[in-house]
Formats: sequence, C-alpha cells, structure tokens
Amino acid sequence: MSVNLSFHGRVWLIKDKEGKLIDDIDTDQIYHNAHLAITDIKEMGKFAFGNLEGMKDFAKDVKPGDTVIVGGNFGAGSSRQQAVDCFKSLGIACIVARSFGAIYKRNAINSGYPILTIENIDLHKLSNLDVVTVDADAQTIVRSDGTKVGNLKPLAGVQRDILEAGDLFEYAKRMK
Amino acid sequence: MSAKYTMVEKILAAHAKEGSKVAPGENIWIKLDYRTARDFGGANVVKAYEKHYPGEEPVDKDNVFFTFDCVVPANNIPYATNQQKCRDFARKHGLRLHDVDRGIGSHVAMEEGIAVPGVTLVGTDSHLNILGAVGAFGQGMGDQDIAFAFRTGQTWFEVPPSYKFTVDGKIGDGTSAKDIVLHILSKIGSSGALGASVEYEGTAIDEMPLHGRITIASMATEMGAVVPLFEPNAAVRTYCRKRYKGAEKFPKVRADSGAKYEKTMEFNVDGLEPLVAKPPSPENVVPAKTLKDVRIDSAFIGSCTNGTFEDIKAVASICEGRTVAKGVMAKVVPATREVYARMLKSRILNDLFEAGWLITSNGCGGCASGQVGMTGEGEVQISTTNRNFPGKQGAGNTYLASPETVAASALMGRIATVQEVGQ
Repeated sequence: MSVNLSFHGRVWLIKDKEGKLIDDIDTDQIYHNAHLAITDIKEMGKFAFGNLEGMKDFAKDVKPGDTVIVGGNFGAGSSRQQAVDCFKSLGIACIVARSFGAIYKRNAINSGYPILTIENIDLHKLSNLDVVTVDADAQTIVRSDGTKVGNLKPLAGVQRDILEAGDLFEYAKRMK
Repeated sequence: MSAKYTMVEKILAAHAKEGSKVAPGENIWIKLDYRTARDFGGANVVKAYEKHYPGEEPVDKDNVFFTFDCVVPANNIPYATNQQKCRDFARKHGLRLHDVDRGIGSHVAMEEGIAVPGVTLVGTDSHLNILGAVGAFGQGMGDQDIAFAFRTGQTWFEVPPSYKFTVDGKIGDGTSAKDIVLHILSKIGSSGALGASVEYEGTAIDEMPLHGRITIASMATEMGAVVPLFEPNAAVRTYCRKRYKGAEKFPKVRADSGAKYEKTMEFNVDGLEPLVAKPPSPENVVPAKTLKDVRIDSAFIGSCTNGTFEDIKAVASICEGRTVAKGVMAKVVPATREVYARMLKSRILNDLFEAGWLITSNGCGGCASGQVGMTGEGEVQISTTNRNFPGKQGAGNTYLASPETVAASALMGRIATVQEVGQ
C-alpha cells in the first residue's frame, strides 16, 4: 500500500517585504520557547509562527489542508518537536521549503509529517492563498488551473519508508 | 582496500550495523552509547515513551540519563511539573538523573567522563553537538527520536557530507575562540554548513584548549552543521582520561589521510580583532569597535558557549579592581556546579561580586526562557550566548560577543573592547 503524498489546498507563501521566501526561520520564530512546557498537541497550533513578524494571525487564518511554502534552512535552531507538531495541530498538509534545518528535518520525518524540498519555484506564478496541488510523487507544485509553478526534489528513501509506516515507531516494528 | 574515512564517518562506522555503507547521503543504523534528555523536551520524551513502550524497560539503561539545565530550579509551575515527570520516570526505570543543581547537560557529560573521544550521545539539547569539542559525536534530537533511542539504544542517521575548515593564524589581543567562530559565521552564514559535519584544524586550532574548542563547537548549530569535530589534542585527551570511568581505551579520532571532503575552506584569523554579532542573527557580525555608540542595559556571561571556568576567569581578570558601569545589570551564570565550585575556591566569585556582577546558580541561563538573561522591550543586552534571533531571549536586542568583550562593555556601559579598558 502506498501512502497518499498529493496535497490539494491553499498555499501560504512565507515571504519578506521584497517578495522573497524567507530563509533561516528558526524554531523560536515557528514556536516560541515560552510555550515549550506544553505537551498536548491540540494546544500547540495556536502558537504556530506566533513569533514571526507579520504572521501573528496565521494560526487563526489557516484552514486544515493548507500548505506552507518557505525559504531555506527552515526550522534552524532548537530540537523542539513542537515546531513540527504545531503545524500538525493546525492540519497543515505539508511544509515545502528550499531546505530544512537538520534536526527539524529528522523531527518531521520521524513523526511521519510530510516535508518536501523545492527544486525550483516560480513565485511570479503564485500568489498567497492560491489553490495548488503539491505532489511528492510527481515532484511538482501545480496551480488549480493546471499551471505548473515548481518542481520538488525526490523524497529520501528512509523518509518514504517512515511516511508509509506512519512514524518512526511503526517503521521500526516493521524492520524486525 | 578499506574505506578512507573522515572523522564523522569513522565514528559512525564504528557504531554502524555490520555491512553498512558509511558514505555521505547513506542512511545507516547506529548504536548510541548514551541517550539523554533534559528538562526542555524531557517531559515529552517521557510522554512519547509511555505511549509507545508502556511497561517496557530501556535497553542498556545504565547509559540513559536526564540532565536539568534550562530552567533550574524551575521558576514556573509547568517546568516544575515537567521536571518532576522526568524524576518520576527516572526513578521508575532506575535511570540516572542530574538534577537542577548540576549544570548544563553537555558540559556535565564532559566533566563526568561520559563524553570522551569516539562516543555517540544523543539528547534533546540542540547544542549537544558541542561534544565534538572532545571528538565525540553528540546530536540534539526531538522528543520522538529520543523516546525511540531511550528504548532501543539505536537510531537511523544520514551520513553527513564532511567539510574541512582550516583556521590559521594568531588572533589579536583581547580576543578569544568566540571571535574566531563569529568570524567564521560572518564568512559562511547561518546555513553555510547546512547538514554537514565540520572538522576543524589549523594552527589556531591545534593547541587550542578545551574551553575554546567548546565555544567554537557550540556554534556549529548556528551554521546549520550537523556536528563539529576536533581531533583531540594531548590536553583534551588528558582531560578526558582523568575523568573517564570505562575499562577500555577510547579510540583515536582522526580522519584517514585521503578521506574525502565535500568542501574545504580556509580562514585566516591572524590579528583578528574583537567581533560582535548584531541582532537579529549570529551571522550579522561587525568589528566591536564600530559599535562604540551602542549603550547597554545588561551584560550576560554564561551558556554552553561561554560558561566555562576559563571564560569566567577571563571576565574576572578584566574586571579586577574595577566596577561595572552604573545602570548596567551584569550577570554571570556558571555552566556547571564544578565551575561554580572552582569560582568559589579561587575567589573569582568574590572578585566578580566586588566588581558588581550578579552571580546566580549554574545552568543554561536565558537561552530557553531560563532564569537569567531575558530582555524586556527596548533593552540592549550584550551576551556570550550563541543565538540572538528576534524574540528569543525576550523583546530586547541581544548582541553576541566574547567574554572579554562582554566584560569590557559591562565596565564601560556601552559596547567596548578590552583594549579600551586595558587588562
């Protein structure tokens, strides 16, 4: 059985004033350390991007099934799982970035959360809240009118295996 | 013919499942010598463990332990609750726990002779890769990862590409290892080593004592690196050997000649002058002398980057017989109880007190909204920590610098170098 890795929904482009996807968004900007004591995933969503300038209302405005597109080194910084779980909590379908921080990448992969890496993207063809299909298998980002706006890098082998199993714990059981 | 390994490949190969191909980009399963969790993330590790492994014991549990260092002692009820969850879990499973009095986990691991050359150690501290300072493989991970590691003693790991950073030269007066790492960050940026293992060598590194290596290693995370690694010199090996309790000899951690590096970079630090990273990021580095107009409200000495005895001693020697400028809140947080004890016994504690510094109990300080080093809106802080991202330590502006520059700034009430105050 193959897991569904095609996501259809609105897109949130996390851009700076010059219209560039923001690089180096760190875990404190994604999920501030003031909320680290929270262990219930249901409580985490409301703090997503709470410390990222101009994004204070993100958690209120997103809808389950939306996708987030960001720049490079996304999730740099701390090891907090909450920086992944807060998006899960909101029902964000997947995170698409130019690259990910090393620990963030592991945290997402291990918890079976789809993170996808941009090969190329044409931001002129994409506006905030456009409806797109992000397809990890086809490795494409396609607007709802059929226009292709970007390509994705292939998933790493272990990432696909863990996504298919559900998470690291289920994956390890299958290995035995 | 056997493979030629870089340092990280050598450590991973020694811990990999038999038959694994240890080469960049390969996913391998490795044995973890030690697994840890701290108060930050620890309660979530416990929660994930109990969800996935109810009633089961961690394998090899003598090598699983907790360290509390973020908010020590707890100054709020959620942290107190989370710390107690870890204590209860540790008691239930018979695990070691270094409680709120002991200090920063990564430093404790070195002091206790746990992190020695060649070992693998994981935990919930994103700066655990600091253990590369002694030639160990340390890795910060999320709570799911660590719960899995607690139970199984292993993890999957993607072998990172290796970079070699050669750092040559003799740094200028009033500078230290912090200035070297800020210099490197200014050259390569916050993702300059993204996903890589960085091996340090060169004339500025070879004789560098452990505390300087710790400082440089601690900011690998700020370059996006997976791990930094230093080949242990004689002094580092002696330090580790004195504290090591194991029976077997620890291995030599040295790259094979002919090992392949994806990138090699050279940094000339000859005559390097004091540097400061301005807000909003650690790579935003300028010479300290260009910031003389920046008045400070507070000065912070400590953290896993600059909380060692030698760091604090450098501050004490600059401040000896002087006092902190009026209106500056000057704070010292020793990294560990051992550092605190040495300060006490060497009278450095007294000297710093006399100079007007506030000295608190040991731990991380403010990095994760801890006890000391938070800033209010409008506050300007100069700090020896490793990150100054917006909002991290509060709404104020944090400048990152060496202990020497922070000390000089505290005396002057504005950003200043040691040259200005004399030593």
